[in-house]
Amino acid sequence: MSDITSQSLFELTSNIKEKKLSSGEITKAFIDRAEKSKKLNVYVTDNFEKAIDQSKKFDSNPNFDLKLPGIPIAVKDLFCTNGVRTTAGSKILNNFVPTYESTVTQNLWSQGAILLGKLNCDEFAMGSSNETSFFGNVQNPVGENLVPGGSSGGSSAAVAANLTPVTIGTDTGGSIRQPASFTGTVGLKPTYGSCSRYGIVAFASSLDQAGPMTKNVRDCSMLLEVISSFDQKDSTSIDYKRNNYSKELSKDIKGKKIGIPKEYRVDNMPDEIEQLWKNGISYAKDCGAEIIDISLPHTNYALPTYYIVAPAEASSNLARYDGVKYGFRSPGQNLIEMYEKTRSEGFGDEVKRRIMIGTYVLSSGYYDAYYLKAQKVRQLIKKDFDDAFSKVDAILTPSTPSSAFKIGEKTNNPVSMYLNDIFTVPINLAGLPGISIPAGKDKNNYPLGLQVIGKPFDEQNILNISYALEDKINFKNDISDWWLSE
Amino acid sequence: MSIDLKTVKHISKLARISIDDEKANKLKGDLNNIFEFIEKLNELNTDNVQALTSIAETTLRFRKDEIKSENIREKILKNSPEENKDFFVVPKVVE
Repeated sequence: MSDITSQSLFELTSNIKEKKLSSGEITKAFIDRAEKSKKLNVYVTDNFEKAIDQSKKFDSNPNFDLKLPGIPIAVKDLFCTNGVRTTAGSKILNNFVPTYESTVTQNLWSQGAILLGKLNCDEFAMGSSNETSFFGNVQNPVGENLVPGGSSGGSSAAVAANLTPVTIGTDTGGSIRQPASFTGTVGLKPTYGSCSRYGIVAFASSLDQAGPMTKNVRDCSMLLEVISSFDQKDSTSIDYKRNNYSKELSKDIKGKKIGIPKEYRVDNMPDEIEQLWKNGISYAKDCGAEIIDISLPHTNYALPTYYIVAPAEASSNLARYDGVKYGFRSPGQNLIEMYEKTRSEGFGDEVKRRIMIGTYVLSSGYYDAYYLKAQKVRQLIKKDFDDAFSKVDAILTPSTPSSAFKIGEKTNNPVSMYLNDIFTVPINLAGLPGISIPAGKDKNNYPLGLQVIGKPFDEQNILNISYALEDKINFKNDISDWWLSE
Repeated sequence: MSIDLKTVKHISKLARISIDDEKANKLKGDLNNIFEFIEKLNELNTDNVQALTSIAETTLRFRKDEIKSENIREKILKNSPEENKDFFVVPKVVE
């Protein structure tokens, strides 16, 4: 049997069910490795002691009918966990202990999973490199001083470094798929309305979705099956019949029509990414899929639209952080001064920038010119996809316009940072499901991902296409454990 | 169009975030860069396009109006920056 922490979720659950491994052994193995991996800075808060207790409890009375029997899992620190500190990577929530559990994490525990701890992320999920976190940047296990992507950077690094078998992240404009691409892992953003947003610290409510981040496509299907559910507590949760994604997972994609959008070729895109895309196309053909050239004419307008819609929603959502009922407070002579100092000292620079953008585009005299305009363009972007999906079953694109970059490389130029999400943002604007799978490496040996985009609620189809491609690509993430300490 | 220092300070007031002059100047630069990038949208004619207000085409559901008491007052107050038995404490509002 291979080392415990390098096993997939599928292997771990099989080994537990066949009594070859106990939950206690697995939990201890991940904790031991985490203790030696502090250099990566993936954890904001660990839950190790309680996790050990819970694993023993599971072993003394195991239920092997559950889908995640005694499996320890660390989650992004954007999910509220009852009784366990939840910070959203922000100073303003540094001491916040929720009195309730997010629906998505509750779904994990209901299927037997055990909370290992809370993973680092960009502050309020605003960032593409995990460098905006109050708790410091995260190291990408792929190479020293490389960013792990963001905002779910602690999550992607933890999966790639074998510090959790799988994890869940959130994706507002690419925050699951871009870090997955940067770390050679799999990340899926489900259809808007598929996974409940209840108990997730809100960033941009019309775009936010939780989703699985895993080592491979099969694990991804297993985790999606657990976290996707209809929830009364989220007014945008959609009541539809969800598949048994892992059971219906199939490599048979013969006859599937896969669209290739010509607008996803951008200036200065490295040749390797163009090549990666071509390889993906030829693998899809090998699997019997039909390749169709398509056009998504408003692709170039997606990022500017996103940088109106997302900050507008964020500025409203983050109005609640006022230092009154919970979180950080900076004292003031009067109420207004207390608000202003609390928010000035409690939020980091990127969050403040986005609140300012959002406040501006919603302010009197500018609403029509910016916010309303963006909502109209959002309609055009959605229509592009509607038109495309009348001809194809799925769309194949690169996940990101580059591989992982160095820590500090893009922090001084917000717009260059935003360009990271050029291929992922349109999918959030249109509410579609998208998955990034590792598909190759660049000249530095850093991973690169391909994205498969599906029709609404067609997660099964993009999982199946990814499963078939994964088999052909046969990606190996050679990570050297350079960060381990004794 | 460009955003001047006065506008930056006005927005920061609306957003209830105090900023000093140095930060305001830095933000002015950042915001102008970002808005230059956003102005691209003006290339598009959207006169006859309906705004997309909800991506999930559902109507809001009704639920039963039920009391669900969880007795978590103490836990909730524990998260407050200043605790005073049953109340949240703020600086004096009424003179």
